[in-house]
Amino acid sequence: MEASPGARIREGDCAVLKRGEVFKAVPVLRRRKIIFEKQWFYLDNAIGHIYGTTFEVTNGGNLQPKQDVEETTTETKEAGTDNRNIVDDGKSQKLTHDDIKALKDKGIKGQEIVQQLIENSTTFRDKTEFAQDKYIKKKKKKYEAVITIVKPSTRILSTMYYAREPGKINHLRYDTLAQMLTLGNIHAGNKMIVMETCAGLLLGAVMERMGGYGSIIQMYPGGGPVRAATSCFGFPKPYFDNLHEFPLSKVQSLLSGTFSTETLPSDPEDNALVEEESNGLTEEKQTSLQETEEEPTTEAPMEINQSEEQETMDINAEDVEFKENKEKENKENVREKQMKQWERRKKLTETAALLREKNADGLIVASKFHPTPLLLSLLEFVAPSRPFVVYCQYKEPLLECYTKLRERGGVINLKLSETWLRNYQVLPDRSHPKLTMSGGGGYLLSGITVVLDKGKSDSSSLEALKMEEPSPKRCKVQDLHC
Amino acid sequence: MRCRGAGGGRGGLWHRGHLSERGQRAIHQPGGGERAVLASSSSSGASRAPMPGCRRGKRQPARFLWQLVGGERGVNHQPTTVTMSFIEYGDTIKDGDTAIVFLGHESMFPVKVQHGTVTQTKYGVIRHSTDLIGKKYGSKVTCSKGGWVFILHPTPELWTMNLPHRTQILYSTDISIITMMLELKPGSIVCESGTGSGSLSHALIRTVAPTGHLYTVEFHQQRAEKAREEFREHGVDHLVTVTNQDVCKNGFGVSNIADAVFLDIPSPWEAIGHAKSALKTEGGRICSFSPCIEQVQRTCLAMEEYGFTEINTLEILLRVYNVRTISLQIPDLGKAAEDNSGTGFDSSNPSNQGSPGANLQQGTVQFKSGVPLREMVGHTGYLTFATKSLV
Repeated sequence: MEASPGARIREGDCAVLKRGEVFKAVPVLRRRKIIFEKQWFYLDNAIGHIYGTTFEVTNGGNLQPKQDVEETTTETKEAGTDNRNIVDDGKSQKLTHDDIKALKDKGIKGQEIVQQLIENSTTFRDKTEFAQDKYIKKKKKKYEAVITIVKPSTRILSTMYYAREPGKINHLRYDTLAQMLTLGNIHAGNKMIVMETCAGLLLGAVMERMGGYGSIIQMYPGGGPVRAATSCFGFPKPYFDNLHEFPLSKVQSLLSGTFSTETLPSDPEDNALVEEESNGLTEEKQTSLQETEEEPTTEAPMEINQSEEQETMDINAEDVEFKENKEKENKENVREKQMKQWERRKKLTETAALLREKNADGLIVASKFHPTPLLLSLLEFVAPSRPFVVYCQYKEPLLECYTKLRERGGVINLKLSETWLRNYQVLPDRSHPKLTMSGGGGYLLSGITVVLDKGKSDSSSLEALKMEEPSPKRCKVQDLHC
Repeated sequence: MRCRGAGGGRGGLWHRGHLSERGQRAIHQPGGGERAVLASSSSSGASRAPMPGCRRGKRQPARFLWQLVGGERGVNHQPTTVTMSFIEYGDTIKDGDTAIVFLGHESMFPVKVQHGTVTQTKYGVIRHSTDLIGKKYGSKVTCSKGGWVFILHPTPELWTMNLPHRTQILYSTDISIITMMLELKPGSIVCESGTGSGSLSHALIRTVAPTGHLYTVEFHQQRAEKAREEFREHGVDHLVTVTNQDVCKNGFGVSNIADAVFLDIPSPWEAIGHAKSALKTEGGRICSFSPCIEQVQRTCLAMEEYGFTEINTLEILLRVYNVRTISLQIPDLGKAAEDNSGTGFDSSNPSNQGSPGANLQQGTVQFKSGVPLREMVGHTGYLTFATKSLV
């Protein structure tokens, strides 16, 4: 879904709050208290504004669009040349914690507080211009609390998840995700097979790049797919029409031809914890992003059986009439349940048929599971001359995967890689890489499928030899263009 | 050294329809990023309501759709000569396709499939009419000398690795992060300068298809023409407009419609103003790629002056690993005492993960390793991203 000129914040949206480099995804709901960066506020006033608007938090906990204030034109600042005489004894700031708190309570704007801090600092005028700049930036960051509300996108959500909850996404760094989307040639019209345990982030990224065209079959472990992050993207409903899911536990039977819908993975309706939200998310889940993977039902875009709830709530029905009505209801519930069961089975059969065509345009995997069994089985569903990418937090399982794929044959251009990412501070006379960087963003194994030459073992080993990289000493610089 | 040139040319916006063999029509209607209308025919013959997304099933019989969908002006509905494209997968190799011949590890080249022609490889000759046309993509083709190759469907990534260089190009590593950070997706309108050899262009077109558009500006006349030719051959010309002019002087030829702008020119700070006016009124992302930090500094300053926010500079490098089985020799540490046999190496101690291959006979330990290459690309360029401020 693209933003039409001036996409506006609407109630029910999933929006991302941004302050500096910190992001947080929240549902836009009225009278819902939001906590973000040590501030409490309501989003009500933001509704109707364009995404990208910057707000300030008023004393009442409401949002107010930030007025663009002209920067106080600084007269030639008094500044020092170096810090040889500046002693860091912690006594340079004359304002105490209480003083500052008093200012804040009085409702003094952040900009004014920063001004006060500067005036009450004994060492400020001795600092170099650069040091003064750095000082002001630091104070502004702390006291000028502005929040920008941005529209979710792969860029924003992948950065957010990597910073806040990397464990949920198997430490898939956002640039690694970017590589996957490109290496996998994810684009509109594809028939993609996605297998991920990244809270639905990878699925969302794939859906964004497909723009609602084509189809996606999401393979899932356990009872149902987790799509918490997917709902953050705010895709329009039609996008989900061609999103299918299929349980991993049925893959072997499908491959061997013994697939049946008789035994389904645990019915999500049996799960005691059933929540209903228009966006499939509750505020608790959003603000703390604590949804566990053992509760796929809450995020799965499947209808929730409300009648189940009613049954569990009913305790003492002493009224006979009540009992009779209840029996009628029960019969209806059973019928409804059967209907839903039948629908599920039907969907599953349809998805199985799609897989059986063995003509998927690509496979993309990012999960906590060992990649080898996933690849060896799921590649069967992919057409020849199509790319596949698998992510693993660790390198070693991909070494094994690579070896097994070579043995299997039917894949070429195998490449094991990782990306190195570095951010920079660019300021006049002060440009340098930033002080911290990510130690690792995971590894990728990518390749292209080819027609599988079954039955000819000697030819496949010859193939493997041909596909093998030349011995190290023959590697030249020209081979390095990746 | 990156080549830059200048030239005058045509700009402006125009509408075009394109018929693909799947019977789909995608029309780009530039103007504020409005989603174009997509009409498709299902196998039952009924026309679907124009709505992005949904095509149940995948394989549709090849069908030409003569439907007029809003905005089209008496265009002659003829099937285009190129029936395949970089933006849509096909199953079989056809006359006129651009296919990739894969010979072995990182050894491949593109080939224009044509009846009657012949391609020489180190494994022998490939006759297009008999060996290629009609075969499935991904097939193994045996050449005259007996060796064999694989024929692959082109993708922008494969094209990047095999295209004829007219300039230094961007590789998929940079292209990937650019695509994501510019938030590109189907329907996006992108402006790019310079076109160069079209490496990034192909990737951008693939991402914004079928409803987006790429406006690419190249100041070198021959390069601009070559790019146009390639886009035509690859079946994507309806999604791209190549303009031959100097972006620093004359901009991109469009105003207030782009979702994203990409600059890869020697003096990007001179084009920031034009980039801003090409970008849509609110929001919009910009990226500038420069090899030198001095260029980056000037560009960041210009971005700030023009009111861009969220300015962020990064670099990304690819590290490739070769999967190798390594054997390391066990050193002879002699014997502890005269009557003690054994080399001091505990044979019951498993070696690294993977194969516990302590081959005592030969005194080696085997293990699998991901070995980095001896040399890697150390620098391509700095990528600076920013957002067009609402103010």
